[in-house]
Amino acid sequence: MTRLKREATVRRMLEQSPPSLPPEIHADAARRGARILRRRTLARRAMWLLLLAVAVAFVVWALTARPWVEPPSETTPPLTGW
Amino acid sequence: MRSRHDTSHDFEAYVAGAGARLLHTATLLTAEPPTANPRARRLLTLALAHTYADWDRLRGGDPYDHTRQYLATRFANTAWHHPAARLRNRARQDTPLARLTPQERLILVLRLYEGIAEEQTAALLGMPAERVRAVFNRAMAVVLGPPPRPAPAVGGVKAVAS
Repeated sequence: MTRLKREATVRRMLEQSPPSLPPEIHADAARRGARILRRRTLARRAMWLLLLAVAVAFVVWALTARPWVEPPSETTPPLTGW
Repeated sequence: MRSRHDTSHDFEAYVAGAGARLLHTATLLTAEPPTANPRARRLLTLALAHTYADWDRLRGGDPYDHTRQYLATRFANTAWHHPAARLRNRARQDTPLARLTPQERLILVLRLYEGIAEEQTAALLGMPAERVRAVFNRAMAVVLGPPPRPAPAVGGVKAVAS
């Protein structure tokens, strides 16, 4: 038997007796799909909220700690009694 | 931006058109009889749910390809990682594909029933094309070979013409 003939035989075997589509599959899939969408929206919202919280925390820390100001020198003794 | 109502409507038309063929594919994958195919229905419902969720991002793409891709990869991930399901399926002999392993079934169905070329099947499953060809040839030999004897002799040679 040639390769093409063998493949045609198996293809015919696969194509026989197709199952019938139950009518509730569309509603089930749409319901679960909507749930997946809702969950994705929630996850996205939570991520943005977290990002915002981190940004706010950083700004507050920067304004209180002022890391760009040069710290006062600790090596030179204070000059007194001139 | 399309409304949810439009999406629902398009999705319903899509399922009505392509659902039967996709369910046939899923039933072939799970090697269940056409009249009692709960695993195939679950698999298809899940795949269709993901297509529904991605519907708006799909613009231009083929929803059938999307569902089929999800179906194939999901089946690959669940069947290959759960040996119990494999044993259960092997024990059943009531469909022509029940004698194959899940991987052999998947590749045979994608190549012959869905008519996907060897290279695309390899890309879809993330394996080399040579391996797809080898598994496909093995699956063909098993399907076209004689039915197995009820109790093979221990140590007997099980020759399969390639």
